[in-house]
Amino acid sequence: MGRAKDALISGIVLLLRRRKPRPLGPGERERVVPPAPDNPGWELTAVLLLLAGAACAIAFVVVYVLDRLPAHTQLLGLSLGLSLLFIAAALIVTAHRLIVTEELEDDYPVLEHPEEQELIVQVVEDSGLTRRRLLKLALLTAGGALTAAVLTPIASLGPAVDLVRFYATPWRRGTRLVDEHGKPYKASDIEEDNFYTAFAEGSDKEALPSSLVLVRLPKGSLKLPRELAHYAAEGIVAYSKICTHAGCAISLYRAPLFQPDEPTPALVCPCHYSTFNPADGGTVTFGPAGRKLPMLPLLVAPNGELRAGGNFDQPVGPSWWGVRERKPRT
Amino acid sequence: MKRAFLITALAVLCFPLAAAADPVQQGYHLYGRYCISCHAAGGKGSAGRPVGAGRLRTQGQDTGIGPSLIGVGALAADFYLRTGYMPLPHVGMQPRRRHVFLTEGEIKALTAYVASLGPGPALPRPRPERGTLTHGYHLFTERCAGCHQVVAEGGYVTGALPPPLENATPTQVAEAVRIGPYVMPTFSKKDISDRELDSIVRYVEYAKHPDDRGGWAIGHIGPIPEGFVTWFIGMTALVAVCVVIGKRLQRG
Repeated sequence: MGRAKDALISGIVLLLRRRKPRPLGPGERERVVPPAPDNPGWELTAVLLLLAGAACAIAFVVVYVLDRLPAHTQLLGLSLGLSLLFIAAALIVTAHRLIVTEELEDDYPVLEHPEEQELIVQVVEDSGLTRRRLLKLALLTAGGALTAAVLTPIASLGPAVDLVRFYATPWRRGTRLVDEHGKPYKASDIEEDNFYTAFAEGSDKEALPSSLVLVRLPKGSLKLPRELAHYAAEGIVAYSKICTHAGCAISLYRAPLFQPDEPTPALVCPCHYSTFNPADGGTVTFGPAGRKLPMLPLLVAPNGELRAGGNFDQPVGPSWWGVRERKPRT
Repeated sequence: MKRAFLITALAVLCFPLAAAADPVQQGYHLYGRYCISCHAAGGKGSAGRPVGAGRLRTQGQDTGIGPSLIGVGALAADFYLRTGYMPLPHVGMQPRRRHVFLTEGEIKALTAYVASLGPGPALPRPRPERGTLTHGYHLFTERCAGCHQVVAEGGYVTGALPPPLENATPTQVAEAVRIGPYVMPTFSKKDISDRELDSIVRYVEYAKHPDDRGGWAIGHIGPIPEGFVTWFIGMTALVAVCVVIGKRLQRG
């Protein structure tokens, strides 16, 4: 702790110490531009502006991560805009107040004059900043923070920050299945060759895991794997309505009228034609989806209402890198 | 003897008239000609080898199978015959809208015969004027547009082609909703009431000639082709205009 404090103080002293004019060394020349006078007020201003820019850029990252702030978009815009504004102000202050200017009175000759070129190079070199290191450090901080702010939205290419809600679903044992008007479905409402959209009672219908697609399959056509065998109720099966490929709503049901010479029943996503087989637990039979459709166990209550028998067998929603490897919470 | 001869002659003369007058009887004969190879005698349906081949059937394709027609009613027969979905040229293909070679009288006779096979739904009588366009639009987007596209231009499902509805009459739309031809889902009266069906039919009628406020509709096939037109036609045109303007300025 003490050592860190010493290091910090010595660092600040090193940065802020006044440089004494040194005698010219063997390889050095006389300055063309006089060394810049110390200008602590403006130097401090520039440094503070750059730090303010860095702080705003960091604020952008923080706002981005805290996903559910009110006026989220406006705050993002404000923080990034202020950051750019502060950095611009710092550069203006540096240019106008801290860089020594030296005007050459003669017009530049048209032809090349090596000596004069050298002179110009020297003018540029000598017109250096005072407190060059401190300003550079502040500029680096501001630039780094701004870069971080600009790169942060890359995280939007897939969920990276708020993952908790992906594993929570509104389905518990006994949750009723309701239609879009909130009316509970009865098992007798579900007819063969038709498909129905159901939601968890009392849940947010916009939430990914809430919506289901319900179908009743002809007797004898269910071929569920052993671990899913108890998921169907009276031939009715329920799957998540959200395609595991890109998260579209599965709104197509292929329901053959005459099984022997027509395609088998299938749930089809209209976005990229991922096709799932409702008879065997929702396996992918065609299209880009990488994994099977999550299936929800069903129960029929004594009054005939359809209820969930538990949670999905798989995580709901589109599959991003690694995010959906865990099972949904029950 | 003379009397017996007269009665026989009368009976012989009257028989074709009687057959023509009774559509069920006429339909029975037509059924034997066009339908029996797949749907079997008496509309019992068949999952094996057919007994013969219809007019459109060729030698190699006589392994017809078809569902039972008992209880499908006049509704289904009218739909399949008037759209040209049946008779099907190849077993296993998706029925498509095609030229109807049966005459009006033959369709009526076949429909009457199929209706006589068992109690089934009668012809629907949709009344689009009773429905509302906005309600129809909502129902159509919810129940139909997934496959048929929002202005009923048709689309794709893996393994089948949902047809465009531009040539579907109101009665045919009402029939298809109740039958669910090929891989289309079947919607019972419990799910889509006759009143709701009126609204859907009204919307389908509207969608045949939609109101294109934006100008060129590009076949109403959605935002992606529209985007392609923007990029490949609109942008090219804009670049061309820029080049022309630039050249004129250079000259000036």
